[in-house]
Amino acid sequence: MFKVLFFGQLADMLDCRNLSMPASSAANVYDLLDILRERDPKWSKALNTEQLMMAVNHTLVTPEHPIVDGDEVAIFPPVTGG
Amino acid sequence: MQTADFDVHLLYQSLVEANSADGAVVTFVGRVREFNQGQQIADMFLEHYPGMTEKALHELAQQAQKQFTINRVSIVHRVGHLRLSDQIVFVGVTSAHRQDAFAACMWLMDELKSRAPFWKKESTTQGTRWVSG
Repeated sequence: MFKVLFFGQLADMLDCRNLSMPASSAANVYDLLDILRERDPKWSKALNTEQLMMAVNHTLVTPEHPIVDGDEVAIFPPVTGG
Repeated sequence: MQTADFDVHLLYQSLVEANSADGAVVTFVGRVREFNQGQQIADMFLEHYPGMTEKALHELAQQAQKQFTINRVSIVHRVGHLRLSDQIVFVGVTSAHRQDAFAACMWLMDELKSRAPFWKKESTTQGTRWVSG
């Protein structure tokens, strides 16, 4: 299994802050986004944007980054600290 | 990372205490401002990604120390509910000379704003809204 976390406006739009998925369900973050978009129109709309950032195990990654068992994947809108 | 306010003087003291090598100290404080994108701000909520935030700020400090000729780096960022004029972030850098301290402080703030996982939700007179990046 791996965990998926959502933050900021994206979490509000999805009405979801975290979920768990079987390790075999996605080879990389790109695959994961495709699978999540297929859940329903709300998820499709919220995740159908270039304006997403992603992290695996607390490090920013590109969509090609692989996902393995036990990973913590985070998907979020552009950051706005400072 | 903290919800409580910070004392700039105490943070400055920790940068200069037992430090006679550095002739320059540059500090930056970011605050909640009254108007953003044309709307009056009442207060805001700062969300973050616990675990990744600490790691991101630690890595930024380490990278700054590699990239610039600087000595001490201090970064404090608040999260949670903040009101108008509250302090949000502190970045302090010490160096032998001012050029490196200024450059590193500016670089740290730019990188923090584009890489550290924080999200601002503002309450305005017209309701709440997430600040877009």
